[in-house]
Amino acid sequence: MTKMRVREALRAAMIEEMDRDPSVFLLGEEVGHYQGAYKVTEGMLAKFGATRVIDTPIAESGFAGLAIGAAMVGLRPIVEFMTWNFSSVAFDQIVNSAAKIRQMSGGQLHVPIVFRAPNGSARQVGSQHSHAMEHFYAHVPGLKCVAPATPADAYGMLKTAIRDDDPVLFFESETLYSLSGEVPDDPAFTVPFGQARVAREGADVSLISYSRVVHTCLEAADALAKQGIDAEVIDLRSLRPLDEAALVATVSRTHRAVVVHEGWPYGGVGAEIVDRVQRLAFDQLDAPVERVCFLDVPMPYNAALERLVIPQVDRVLEAVKTVTYAR
Amino acid sequence: MMAKLLDMPKLSPTMEEGQIAAWHKKVGDQVAVDDLLAEVETDKATMEFRAFDQGTLLAILAPVGTVVKLGQGVAIVGVPGEDISAVATRRDVPATPAPPPAPAAPSAAAAPASVAAPAPPSPAPASAPSRVRASPYVRMLARERGLDLTLVTGTGPTGRIVARDLAASPPAAPSSVASSRRVPLSMMRKTIARRLTESKQTVPHFYLKIDVDAGPLSALRAQLVADLTSAAKKGEEPEKVSVNDLLLRAVAVALARVPECNARFDGDAIVLHDRVDLSVAVAVADGLVTPVVRDAANKSVLEIAREVRALAALARSKKLAPEQMMDGTFSVSNLGMYGIDEFAAVINPPEGAILAVGRVRDEPVVRDGAVVAGKRLSLTLSCDHRVIDGAVGASFLAELRATLEHPTRILLS
Amino acid sequence: MTQPTGFAALYRKMQLIRRVEEECARAYAQGKIGGFLHLYIGQEAIAVGADAALAPTDYAFTTYRDHGVALARGMSARALVAELFGKATGACQGLGGSMHVFDAERRMLGGYGIVGAHLPLATGTAFASKYRGDGGVTICFFGEGSVPMGEFHEALTLASLWKLPIVFVCENNGYAMGTPIERVLPVHEVTSHAVSYGIPCDRFEVECVREVQTRIGAAIERARAESVPTLVECLTYRFRGHSMSDPGKYRTNEEVEAHKRKDPLVRARAELVAELSEAAVAALDAEVEAEVADAVAFADASPEPTADILEPTTYKGPFAR
Repeated sequence: MTKMRVREALRAAMIEEMDRDPSVFLLGEEVGHYQGAYKVTEGMLAKFGATRVIDTPIAESGFAGLAIGAAMVGLRPIVEFMTWNFSSVAFDQIVNSAAKIRQMSGGQLHVPIVFRAPNGSARQVGSQHSHAMEHFYAHVPGLKCVAPATPADAYGMLKTAIRDDDPVLFFESETLYSLSGEVPDDPAFTVPFGQARVAREGADVSLISYSRVVHTCLEAADALAKQGIDAEVIDLRSLRPLDEAALVATVSRTHRAVVVHEGWPYGGVGAEIVDRVQRLAFDQLDAPVERVCFLDVPMPYNAALERLVIPQVDRVLEAVKTVTYAR
Repeated sequence: MMAKLLDMPKLSPTMEEGQIAAWHKKVGDQVAVDDLLAEVETDKATMEFRAFDQGTLLAILAPVGTVVKLGQGVAIVGVPGEDISAVATRRDVPATPAPPPAPAAPSAAAAPASVAAPAPPSPAPASAPSRVRASPYVRMLARERGLDLTLVTGTGPTGRIVARDLAASPPAAPSSVASSRRVPLSMMRKTIARRLTESKQTVPHFYLKIDVDAGPLSALRAQLVADLTSAAKKGEEPEKVSVNDLLLRAVAVALARVPECNARFDGDAIVLHDRVDLSVAVAVADGLVTPVVRDAANKSVLEIAREVRALAALARSKKLAPEQMMDGTFSVSNLGMYGIDEFAAVINPPEGAILAVGRVRDEPVVRDGAVVAGKRLSLTLSCDHRVIDGAVGASFLAELRATLEHPTRILLS
Repeated sequence: MTQPTGFAALYRKMQLIRRVEEECARAYAQGKIGGFLHLYIGQEAIAVGADAALAPTDYAFTTYRDHGVALARGMSARALVAELFGKATGACQGLGGSMHVFDAERRMLGGYGIVGAHLPLATGTAFASKYRGDGGVTICFFGEGSVPMGEFHEALTLASLWKLPIVFVCENNGYAMGTPIERVLPVHEVTSHAVSYGIPCDRFEVECVREVQTRIGAAIERARAESVPTLVECLTYRFRGHSMSDPGKYRTNEEVEAHKRKDPLVRARAELVAELSEAAVAALDAEVEAEVADAVAFADASPEPTADILEPTTYKGPFAR
């Protein structure tokens, strides 16, 4: 085990996969000479040179499409968007090209590509830079969407993503890049998709989450423990494929669930989780499933208002009160 | 074959309407005569509704939860594809809250437009008995543990029973603020309300009370219990005989001697019954039912004891067949086990009288001119004055007292 | 039967495209083809001339008006018609349809239904050729209606910036659906944009398939030899509406008839008759007729795809739910 930050774990995964497979290359805005907008790719240009670590113009649709085209003929691009917010101008390339070419071509072609970027809220970056974009993309068959919360998962899942033969959308978090944790030293270590992680075991209520707010849930679980409530925290890690068995298992243990995520309440991953739980574990539910997510407004700039909009521990605690009939 | 409307059948003697509890066939299923079509909650029990006609189930007119009056249509049976619009629009199809009829057949093309749309799920009508509100988890636990959720008070929102309400610990201390809940009537409670109101409003009741020296009766019972215990095979439960079993037998004997009290009013005549069929009031979860011990005058105490216990068990599990509750001639209601000294009962129509039995209590009694420690039992007879006059009722009670105070008559006669 | 070579082969391919599409129009009217059907009739010389200048290992991308490029690259009429009929034997097992015809083996990398979106994809295969140093070239056909799209400009920016071996061929047929170029492009010469991106360009009226072969061929060779992109503008005309549901009210009959008199297919046939003989060309035509009839009969007789192909064509391996 080596202690490293999430950004180092991501970098290690990319470097190992590029060493392993010459068809893997990295492109994006500021990934090379600038060393990465969030320093995830620091040092990679020097190691691999400009043919494999490629600075792009600000042309998301153009370089996303280019990477998809390269993947169609066997390269394995890693596309770094500066943030997932900017993928919205490449939405068509991801949704209409990457996701559909396998099917439109009758299975003749496929697109082994990774799109990765920080996602969700940061700190006071305003409404256009605070999107949780996974809700848009997880809707689309043909795409896989993953969102790790720890350095080990960031490392193991990015390696899995790069080796996957289908488009993988990899959702990171700016506020997690500096999070430290143990990462296995074994270069063969990978984390499969579609397997949730029990981040904390508990018996009274399940907090189901992924990415940054897993840590919010863990904090909430500590506070609940002081009240005598034993909360289980589920880190989904993978949104599509979604670990249905883990959802059923945790609800079967606790009979109460709160889904916590960034992004708005209308539709999206949280609604999908609630659907699976009510459909697959109906008899296990002692209370309707609650959701804690962004308030249903664009993200405000003001710090206090932003804090109000983003899921916080206190809102998780309130939701737990509701599902445990403690009010 | 013409499409046929299946009417709500009469599944219990007093049934005037029934609520569909479950369908066991779905539209498009083949139906053979005597196939189980549906379960119907009647005023007394949940009954099986079996088919009288064969064919294909073309439409369900009364989805689960619908309350349907006797004789109103609940389903249509016929040949797949045939036009059921004429049948489905008959007046005797439930008007409210009947949903639009279900499609006639899997082949939509064959169904007339008026009934082609699939029926949307119909919400339970306001008149339906209350649905127990419970979380899905609680329902699963109740199924697993055989719990009756109607006996559990829910503390969740809108009275929902949640998991903690099933915990063994007693509920929290009641709030000082008075509160109340509206519990909608079940089919059984509706029936009780209707029939007893009708009885009290239309039957001219009068009441006769008598005290009985219950010492000999108690002594006899003690002797019987001891004999049965010693007669029981090793490892087996001895048979049981209660004071009430002896009393029922005594009532039957007394009625045989005073048959004018084994009678009912019937408009322009009084019907005198040749046989004593005793209706025995049994308290159940949501009210009471009155299973009938047939021909009690010709049954031994042990036979009566066994039969009453079997009927009571059936009653408590809602498994009584309608004929087991039909056509009693005289009712006995005993609240002695609840510590009641005496009370007056409401006549169970169309019977002519009901006997209310209190507890056997220790009291001084005068025996041979001396006051001694003894046991007393108070009996109150409610009579329909149209059938039974005071003197007739009094002679019945006198006969009953004589039998109870010389209880060998109970065993011998 | 020996396949013709040289000019006769070009003529035969143009005739095959024309006749397949005419029969597709009939099949559409008969309800055998669903959805949209965009015909290439009038523009055949471009796909055929360009393909003649490509190596079999080069990559081609085009728009939803893609039947011509597919047949030019060598896809069988059977595979194309069966795909349009939505049959399991179609090029894409009936999953793509008229607008999304792919033939990976023949490096026909698809028809795309979002205007402009395939230009970046084409830069990707050009990028891959350069990344691998395999000498491959990509050709990307698009309409002048794509020019206002950001993807046109982003693709040309990237291709020029990274010196990608790609030829962008604008098939300028004068109308973006029903809108004439004058109403949607402030500068009517599409090649004027080449200046902005510092890349070579060429612009010509498409009258002769051999001229197309020569001029696009020059751009292909430049891409292959120097890894330099070129923007080629082919001035052409489609004789049919934008799609089968287009009544074509925005063009006069006189205009359409004037263009039909300059039909490159008619010209190619006349030139081939002059080189060979009427009988020899008629024999080619008869072959084409038989091939088209066979394709329609094959497609008619082919089975429908079944639902079991849906999941394995969405993901490799277990379905991602």
